[in-house]
Amino acid sequence: MFPQQAGELIDICSEEKITLGEVAIRHEMEEDQLTRDEVMESLGRALDVMFDAAREGRNRRIISLSGLIGGDSTAIHAYTEKGGSIAGDVMTRAMAYAMSCSELNASMGRIVAAPTAGACGILPAVLKTFQEERGTSREDLVVALASAGAMGIIIGQNATISGAEGGCQAETGAAAAMAAGAAVQMMGGTPRMSLDAGAIVLMNMLGLVCDPVAGLVEIPCIYRNAQGAVNALTTADMVMAGVRSRIPFDEAVSAMAEVGRSMHGSLKETGIGGIAGTPTGRRLKQQIFGNTKITEVHKDHKQPRDDGN
Amino acid sequence: MKTYLLTDIIGPTMIGPSSSHTAGAVKLGAVARALVQGDVQKVIFYLHGSFAATYRGHGTDRALVAGIMGHPPWSEDIRDALQIAQEAGIDFDFVPLDLGDVHPNTVRIVMTDSSGQVSSITGSSIGGGSIRIIGLNQDEVDFSGDYPTLIVKHTDVPGVVAGVTRRLYEKGINIAFMKVFRSSRGRGATMIFETDHTVPRELLDELREIPGISLVSFIHPLEVV
Repeated sequence: MFPQQAGELIDICSEEKITLGEVAIRHEMEEDQLTRDEVMESLGRALDVMFDAAREGRNRRIISLSGLIGGDSTAIHAYTEKGGSIAGDVMTRAMAYAMSCSELNASMGRIVAAPTAGACGILPAVLKTFQEERGTSREDLVVALASAGAMGIIIGQNATISGAEGGCQAETGAAAAMAAGAAVQMMGGTPRMSLDAGAIVLMNMLGLVCDPVAGLVEIPCIYRNAQGAVNALTTADMVMAGVRSRIPFDEAVSAMAEVGRSMHGSLKETGIGGIAGTPTGRRLKQQIFGNTKITEVHKDHKQPRDDGN
Repeated sequence: MKTYLLTDIIGPTMIGPSSSHTAGAVKLGAVARALVQGDVQKVIFYLHGSFAATYRGHGTDRALVAGIMGHPPWSEDIRDALQIAQEAGIDFDFVPLDLGDVHPNTVRIVMTDSSGQVSSITGSSIGGGSIRIIGLNQDEVDFSGDYPTLIVKHTDVPGVVAGVTRRLYEKGINIAFMKVFRSSRGRGATMIFETDHTVPRELLDELREIPGISLVSFIHPLEVV
């Protein structure tokens, strides 16, 4: 049984002197009757798909199926090469990697939903940054991915990872919190520090609504993937510098759930309010779908294993 | 309590942009494909609700056709599925249609095989790539496609259900879920078995020999990573 809350998760990590990811890996071995190697291989395959998706924008301009977005990742790579960025090359590359995944997703390319397709760029961007900047080993990248997964499980169990239920804070917010935790671990931080980073990111992204133009996973999703990656990296630095989260991870997760519940329906993946409802947003929708009535737009729910009682 | 596995959070590996409009649509097409004996020559997709309104933007059309051709949800051929189908000589069409009080992401798939036989299936993409099949030809059914699924149409007389379950038992096939649907008393009925094991071809042939059974189909679940 996986711990219900992060508080219990951290106790297991301290008692057994293991990472957050190791707890999730052991849980997976038990639930699916797998060896550790099999779980690591499966995560490794996901990592490969993530890295391929993150790199694609460097090779070519990726244009979405609708034509609403495209070429941003390639443009940021070119800008990085030219030099002169204020945020620095590490940040601009991370943004380009995240946007590459979002563009690929919107163009019917292959991605890993992490935790959802809408937020698929954030973890790949952060993990790729560590591989390139720090030479982080494959084993360490995979365990960091598992630690991100462990944090995602806690968020799913106690709040939601669905934009339709909790807004974008539940998708890119969760992904960025998970990625920040993974980044801290790859920099040698403790499990508690990973959770602190996750809590700070959730506070930063609390209240973010899900308002996709025309109901498509494109605008503003692609910008939020880039910002999610940046948020994860800067927060990891904050925590490694010794900054603590004054609010525990579990409480930040509960706050996210509560804010999600109180969010108006038009701001939860219905393609009605927020950016979708702006004059330009409505015009773009008209341009793509004409006057067809959209009864319900895409639902990217992850179904829990067991929804009993 | 909601529970998740690591692979639920980090995954699935899929073709974008939407697990319900793309990955789920591939699965719906694949289940439809499994019900046709020969090759699919012609297929019409009746799209309901959100499927009808957004199928082009989400690539649901390409995903459905890819499923009909047997591509898995992570195949990069999904993007070019319409062209691949055209080249393969498959005649396909998409028709927006109100299917009534069903999930917004629902499609009715009507297929004609090489022998001219017409069969249809109705299913919904209910989120996260999960699907429910709710109609099979004229009959109401309910199954997920996540398990090996045995579908048996028979006359609604005593003994047929026992005849099927006994043969499954003899072959050591465990039944996870079983449902029986019928249109009216004494007329045709449909049994759905979702099992833990694959049902071997010999057993399917054996079931076809049972008096009163008119149709036996078997669907392998898609391995979604």
